[in-house]
Amino acid sequence: MKKLINGVDNIVDEMLDGMVAAYPKYIKRLDGFDVVVRAGGSEGKVALVSGGGSGHEPAHGGFVGKGMLDGAIAGAVFTSPTPDQIFEAIKAANGGKGVLLVIKNYTGDVMNFEMAADMARDEGIEVDQVITADDVAVENSTWTTGRRGIAGTIFVHKLAGACAEAGGSLSEVKRIAEKVIENVRSMGMAVNACTVPAAGKPSFDLAEDEIEIGIGIHGEPGVNREKIGTVNDIADKLLDKIFAEGIYNSGDEVAVMVNGMGGTPLMELFVANKHISEVLAGKNIKVYKTLVGNYMTSLDMEGFSITLLKVDDELKKLLDAPADTPAFVQV
Amino acid sequence: MSTRVYDCLKAIGEKIIENKDFLTDLDREIGDADHGVNMARGFQSVIEKVSQEDPDIGAALKKTGMTLLSTVGGASGPLYGTAYMEAAKVLAGKQVLEPEDFKAALEAAIAGIQKRGKAEKGEKTMLDSLIPALEAYTDKIEAGAGLFEGLDAACKAANEGIEFTKTIAATKGRASYLGDRSIGHQDPGATSATMTLEVIRDFVKG
Repeated sequence: MKKLINGVDNIVDEMLDGMVAAYPKYIKRLDGFDVVVRAGGSEGKVALVSGGGSGHEPAHGGFVGKGMLDGAIAGAVFTSPTPDQIFEAIKAANGGKGVLLVIKNYTGDVMNFEMAADMARDEGIEVDQVITADDVAVENSTWTTGRRGIAGTIFVHKLAGACAEAGGSLSEVKRIAEKVIENVRSMGMAVNACTVPAAGKPSFDLAEDEIEIGIGIHGEPGVNREKIGTVNDIADKLLDKIFAEGIYNSGDEVAVMVNGMGGTPLMELFVANKHISEVLAGKNIKVYKTLVGNYMTSLDMEGFSITLLKVDDELKKLLDAPADTPAFVQV
Repeated sequence: MSTRVYDCLKAIGEKIIENKDFLTDLDREIGDADHGVNMARGFQSVIEKVSQEDPDIGAALKKTGMTLLSTVGGASGPLYGTAYMEAAKVLAGKQVLEPEDFKAALEAAIAGIQKRGKAEKGEKTMLDSLIPALEAYTDKIEAGAGLFEGLDAACKAANEGIEFTKTIAATKGRASYLGDRSIGHQDPGATSATMTLEVIRDFVKG
């Protein structure tokens, strides 16, 4: 394993200090906790708090700022943060109007955030939650934990964040978050696995000509393994699965995210986006806005995910609202 | 097990830490390659925080549970944290562990895990070792056996539970995303739970 680190035990701590050193205008760290909140606080507005394991940078700390999140908790690499840390983030982000937790659907994340929410309610803080589950690679049935939350979560941060910034109440912000969750779907793939620093070796092994379709964002293997094809073929496979949901139809408008997994050249993401935009045009689905870049990564994994969000006038307005955060700026 | 709860918890911790890579490798097959790393971090902290001076089994287990909850993370943190804290409630004030006490503690731990994880037996989780272990233990002590004999039967059943997890697909936790691809692999949580029971058995044996 070759990594630019000082030691596996201090990665998260050093990363957070480094982020705060880079963006003091946006974020500050809670002393003694792996939590960042807005530098200027969140008084008088509904607070949006998210988080999860580290290794997904810039998610989630990079999205703390005006128009998006109010607080973010960073767990160990690919490991949900603990309830005590989440509880501190809720307390610090709370501006007196209630706190909405944006949780990605993983067994550990849901358990830890729910325990923290109980602790916060015991102290009289109004807390509600939404669970993102946009990954269509995983079948949603009563026999599984349910779909995973992946890159689509960033659209929840953006749109619910815009609603909260505009003075929306907790129930209003939650309604927007749930509306985004209903209309957003993603699917990803990997050319090569990532290496969790503490594990020291790749999370799964792929032959030189193999790819993994339907990967998550934690180095967990995907739903099937196959020979690599062209990026157009791969994008078609991901899109087919997303279209099979039946929610993106001729005449609809969508926001598109072509998300890099951390080790993918932007060049390749743009090549993918060329094809994605052509496929959408061919289906008479209008692209309202496109984001191409590394938003929800998986350490050094090579690969990408495609996210579609169906937008109406209400969501378009929130999508267009200004945001000013370390990793997402829109004027 | 008399007032040596600290030594027993330390032995559990050492066993987990010793098997850090093994547990992580199991998790790498069907999960996200962090079970051993997270549990080892948690138990390192338990070893540092649980006091040798504390003879109250319940108090020591409560501290263990709270420490695991705040250091392990993932799904294992809330699950093991809850298990120890629920067992702690049953054993509060006790300095000596009678066969009935262990049964009550294991029952409470399992109930806590089920409530927190919303899981049942047969979903390829730690419950597939723990529930058969409780059943085997209960059968033994109801037939008049002592703590060690009961625990020995529990460990056998827990190991059979690990074997059983190899034959089924996961329906809870991150391994459930693999569908049938999780068949053939043993569950890391069932493995660490069985290790815990084995350490307690060996400790009781002395």
